[in-house]
Amino acid sequence: MKKSGAEIFVECLKEEGVKVLFGIPGGVVLKLFDVLHQQKDVEVILTRHEQGAAHMAEGYAKATGKAGVCLVTSGPGMTNIVTGLADAYMDSIPLVAFTGQVSTSLIGNDAFQEADNVGISRPCTKHNVLVKDVNDLARTIKEAFYIATTGRPGPVLVDIPKDVTTNKAEFKYPEKVSLRGYNPTYEGNKHQIKQAAEEIVKSSRPVIYVGGGALFSDAPDEILELAEITQIPVTMTLMGLSSFPGTHALSMGMLGMHGSYWSNMAMHHADLLIAVGARFDDRVTGKLSEFCPEARVIHIDIDPTSIKKNVHTHIPIVGDVKTVLRQLNVILRSLDGNQKELKEQRRPWWNQIEEWKRAHPLRYHQDDKVTKPQYVIEKLFEITKHEGIVATDVGQHQMWAAQYFKGSKPRTFITSGGLGTMGFGFPAAIGAQKAYPDKLVMCITSEGSFQMNLQELATAAEHKLPVKIVLLNNGFHGMVRQWQDLFYEGRYASSYLGKLPDFVKLAEAYGILGLRALKPGEVEPALREGLKHKGPVLMDFHVDPFENCYPMIPAGGAHHEMVLEDPPDLRKAQKGGAAKKKAEEGEGVLPA
Amino acid sequence: MERIISVLVENKFGVLARVAGLFSARGYNIESLSVAPTLDPTTSMITIVTAGDDRIIEQIMKQLNKVVEVLKVVDMTETSYLDRETALIKVHTRPEHRDEAIRIADIFRAKIVDSSSATYTIEVTGDVDKVEALINMLKPLGIKELIRTGRIAIPREAKPLSRRDQQTAKA
Repeated sequence: MKKSGAEIFVECLKEEGVKVLFGIPGGVVLKLFDVLHQQKDVEVILTRHEQGAAHMAEGYAKATGKAGVCLVTSGPGMTNIVTGLADAYMDSIPLVAFTGQVSTSLIGNDAFQEADNVGISRPCTKHNVLVKDVNDLARTIKEAFYIATTGRPGPVLVDIPKDVTTNKAEFKYPEKVSLRGYNPTYEGNKHQIKQAAEEIVKSSRPVIYVGGGALFSDAPDEILELAEITQIPVTMTLMGLSSFPGTHALSMGMLGMHGSYWSNMAMHHADLLIAVGARFDDRVTGKLSEFCPEARVIHIDIDPTSIKKNVHTHIPIVGDVKTVLRQLNVILRSLDGNQKELKEQRRPWWNQIEEWKRAHPLRYHQDDKVTKPQYVIEKLFEITKHEGIVATDVGQHQMWAAQYFKGSKPRTFITSGGLGTMGFGFPAAIGAQKAYPDKLVMCITSEGSFQMNLQELATAAEHKLPVKIVLLNNGFHGMVRQWQDLFYEGRYASSYLGKLPDFVKLAEAYGILGLRALKPGEVEPALREGLKHKGPVLMDFHVDPFENCYPMIPAGGAHHEMVLEDPPDLRKAQKGGAAKKKAEEGEGVLPA
Repeated sequence: MERIISVLVENKFGVLARVAGLFSARGYNIESLSVAPTLDPTTSMITIVTAGDDRIIEQIMKQLNKVVEVLKVVDMTETSYLDRETALIKVHTRPEHRDEAIRIADIFRAKIVDSSSATYTIEVTGDVDKVEALINMLKPLGIKELIRTGRIAIPREAKPLSRRDQQTAKA
């Protein structure tokens, strides 16, 4: 029996095991939504903006490792998800985005709500396809899920014209995908792996540097084993956070621009760098010419284009991180075996790292007058005992969350790394909560980022998704203000958010519990009350507007050139809230 | 350094845009580009002339390989190859220049494929040096219009070593 394109679409989703999709209907996708409406296997979450749908699908994908799915209409529906596609492309998130398109007979006619969806999304998708014939629909969807989730994951867009949703075809879901030009390499080269093992044994100052690829490859166990049998310290990128337990003795926390002092110093002085599913992003490497000057580099990555893109690699290993590490660990176990001996051999290196750690730990000073943002995050993780899933937005709060979050379970830190998308955190948290309705899901955000997608409060309220929003309210685009303080003589050009809503009333307007903490003493009670509440909560913490995020490698600096605290004249200039007043008046803070 | 890269792709719409977009998005330059179907009508060959140091070329090759519809990427300049380009050159031919135009075309084994009272159109095929040499020779006559196909390239068939060479190699 023949089925309509819309029926085929839904059957395909079922075949792929899709349980939920995020989206908003519109003219050309009405038939798709109509069929979705008449079945129970795939739940539809109606978002309030298409960007929210894309980020929710990303959050779902990051929390589960499965492909996230969104469905939006043509024209503005599609253009609104472009940020989500670009974000997923940068952070290698498996996302399958279905967009409606005007009927094939109208394509190119500048029809109502027509946009060149495939053209617009080409540079920010792993792959994209316009389905011109309903007979190709099932195969295309199968391929889309396959491409999105295999190799280096990424977003795939499938553009479906209106007539393809109504035309009929025989439905047969293909069992296999055969793409002539797409065959990701999973097995690493044995010779290279053996060489890597030899380098690891020989090295005296090694560092394991883990990126997001480790999570998508589901390799945390293998990384733990590698670190433990070789006794090598582990540092993580922002995307790699939660791939290695933050509380483990071998963890150095995050590296890079706002990474820990000791991890960056370790990078600078290392004689061997084992890069695992990372891409040597500029926020990680700092000044390339002075990056790891003494290190030989082993780079394991499934994407050959990541290897030798920014940094010269001595031993490149193209392959799936999990598979390669398993092979590597087998060799390493047979080579040395004696952990005690290795521990002794690496002793001076560890002592050095400990010394750096003692010299410049992560720190802030909390008094009883003004809440420090770091304090809120530390308290949050103290109360939750580092359990639960955290999604962050982008800016200072994101870096503080990365520094003070020491989660131990994989896929529990969801953030927008590569693209740095403000407005990502809240919808991503909703997506993660939808995936795990019974888990504690927190969104650490700020008043700047949150306002970029706050309409999704309605989505959380409607579907009773109990996301705990921890909003660090400093009245500024904080990271922008920090850079203006440090590099633009304190002229706060458009970084001061003069008019803010009453976030408690805002929450209440959506039927959500709103809480506020103005003073340090109110932080813990607010957190406890908020976390105990059954439904979604918005907690508004008023924090020090001038707290800056340290340590910091200034743009273009090298790992050993970290700035550890505010320059003295800056603190003086900001004293007594005069700076904020000046900001309100549109003036600079520092004497010119 | 100049490189000729041959990219075998699936013959589908949007593939050329994807390949070309990859160059523009990463700031790589395309000096010439030619596309046509191969013997197998489901595939096309894209020949790209580009330039860059080894690191850039390695990235270009890897990025091209990553495109789902790209089946094979070969850097021709790493092998022994033949490359050809065709140009159509329309030159002004005042009566006193006509003989000269024909002579120049002859030297280059080029053909005059169209003529009018005021112009000759000369067709030339050859490697890039030959085409450019001809253009330079014709410039003094006045070139009205010029169009080039961009280069295509094919690897030379590996020449078997002579029996004697093989014996020497063994020794």
